[in-house]
Amino acid sequence: MENPNSIGTVETQYVTFDNLTLCSGKELRKVIVAYETYGKLNASKSNAILIDHAFTGDAHAAGFHKGAEKPGWWDSMIGPGKAFDTNKYFVICSNVLGGCAGTTGPSSINPQNNKRYALDFPFITISDMVVLQKKLTDFLGIEKLLSVAGGSMGGMQVLQWAVSFPEKIRSAIPISTTMKHSPQQIAFNEVARQAIMADADWNDGDYYGKRQPVKGLSVARMMGHITYMSDKSMEDKFSRDLKNRNYSFSFNPDFEVEGYLNYQGSVFVKRFDANSYLYITKAMDYFDVSGNNFLKKDTDNINFLIISFASDWLYLPYQSEEIIRTLALSNCKATYIEIKSSYGHDAFLIEIEDETKLIRHFLSKLYKEVGSA
Amino acid sequence: MPNKILEYRKIIELVDENAKILDLGCGDGSLMFELKTKRNARVQGIERDEKLIYVCVEKDLTVFHSSIENAITAYPGNCFDYVILYNTFQQIESIDTIIKECFRIGKHAIVSFPNFAYISARKDLLFGKSPVTKNLPYQWYDSPNLRFLSIKDFENFCCKNNYKILNSFFFREKKEIAFFPNLLAQTATFVISK
Repeated sequence: MENPNSIGTVETQYVTFDNLTLCSGKELRKVIVAYETYGKLNASKSNAILIDHAFTGDAHAAGFHKGAEKPGWWDSMIGPGKAFDTNKYFVICSNVLGGCAGTTGPSSINPQNNKRYALDFPFITISDMVVLQKKLTDFLGIEKLLSVAGGSMGGMQVLQWAVSFPEKIRSAIPISTTMKHSPQQIAFNEVARQAIMADADWNDGDYYGKRQPVKGLSVARMMGHITYMSDKSMEDKFSRDLKNRNYSFSFNPDFEVEGYLNYQGSVFVKRFDANSYLYITKAMDYFDVSGNNFLKKDTDNINFLIISFASDWLYLPYQSEEIIRTLALSNCKATYIEIKSSYGHDAFLIEIEDETKLIRHFLSKLYKEVGSA
Repeated sequence: MPNKILEYRKIIELVDENAKILDLGCGDGSLMFELKTKRNARVQGIERDEKLIYVCVEKDLTVFHSSIENAITAYPGNCFDYVILYNTFQQIESIDTIIKECFRIGKHAIVSFPNFAYISARKDLLFGKSPVTKNLPYQWYDSPNLRFLSIKDFENFCCKNNYKILNSFFFREKKEIAFFPNLLAQTATFVISK
């Protein structure tokens, strides 16, 4: 933790908001947001950047929790001298609404009956997540964000910020994302949800204090992992390597790839709530800011940096290209790049060098314009 | 191209202050950068080479990573004052379509290309070799150029399609020339409109 490139020890903080009105018309009371911040907010409050995490991420984007060996999920990008340089910027990351890492979600206690929400939790959208983030940035006293950045579902939130609060952001960095969930993406999510709901332990969402639907949730995660990789990255990582020397002629995992997926599934169920999985995937499926939904008058003033990866077959490059094609219809300043990579959807967490080159320059030019007071 | 500095200067002189410009095949963005800094132009580039996108971003330029053919369709009608094809014209497959697109989205097109009828290219041909010159530096097997046109060819092309030639400039060895351009110019820059 003496590492000069690390933020060092960080702690998750919490803030409670009295209520949140959702797209569905429902209202949530006493909404807790888990968040972390890195770096210092400058006097003019012009150096704040919001990082939006992907589907199963959390507020712990960088640095180390006390005693932890592993840093936050995007530590390679956030820290002193990194793409999101904490010597210059004030970086914020919060757990999404509906999540299970501190922010209010279906596993939280419902203040109205002191029981866990389970399926009493209202349906949420990406827009609801962003409205809650806006409450957080208001609470932190930030009038206008220098940038909002994120990959995958994080990228959807970035786009939603541009739609919901265009006057509140100077720039947007959507990575490996889409303006709307395609039927293929909805299909993957539906299979995952069915896997969870088919597990008897799911018990119509009422499993708290009993057993999580471990099997269903781990199958959902296994399938997720397949979509995060690519044919090439799986070949490179596993090929047809066997766990033992010979075929077992049984249904035990013979291949390394099977072992890997099983392992990923088993780790995941320890940290993620099955109902959160259901609610958040639904929010992604409802997401659609394509076409006329997107362009508003104030979008014109936002600088966009749109990044996709060639081998990503979950959020395909053409979907990112659709963002710049839409922006081309306005006066927006937008840059689009498709980075060559074989890592599939995971690339946005792996291709750090290329992303850093782009984001560092993109932000520093903006920051100069704003004035680093 | 060896006449680049001079050609850039000409192009910068041509365009108005605050002009909206699209640079097709913008490369490392050096022309866009000059147009932006010297003319306060609102520039957007299209470039297919990933490596060059990083260079453009370093210069704070906005660029669409794509082939010209694909990206140009994204822009609405009449949204640019100038569409630039600097040293990329000869690499375009469907010239007709692209020029039509240029005039759909922009008022003027600025086209710069190496002259295939330049005297030393003619000499090479006379001695039975494919031309390799300072402005056509490639061997036949590694050339990105798809079109081998002369100044005369381009003028005929404009005439046939009723494109107006508003301005033309010819260059040789870092100097602007006026006489016998089709024989003596290495490169040419045309400003055309519909």
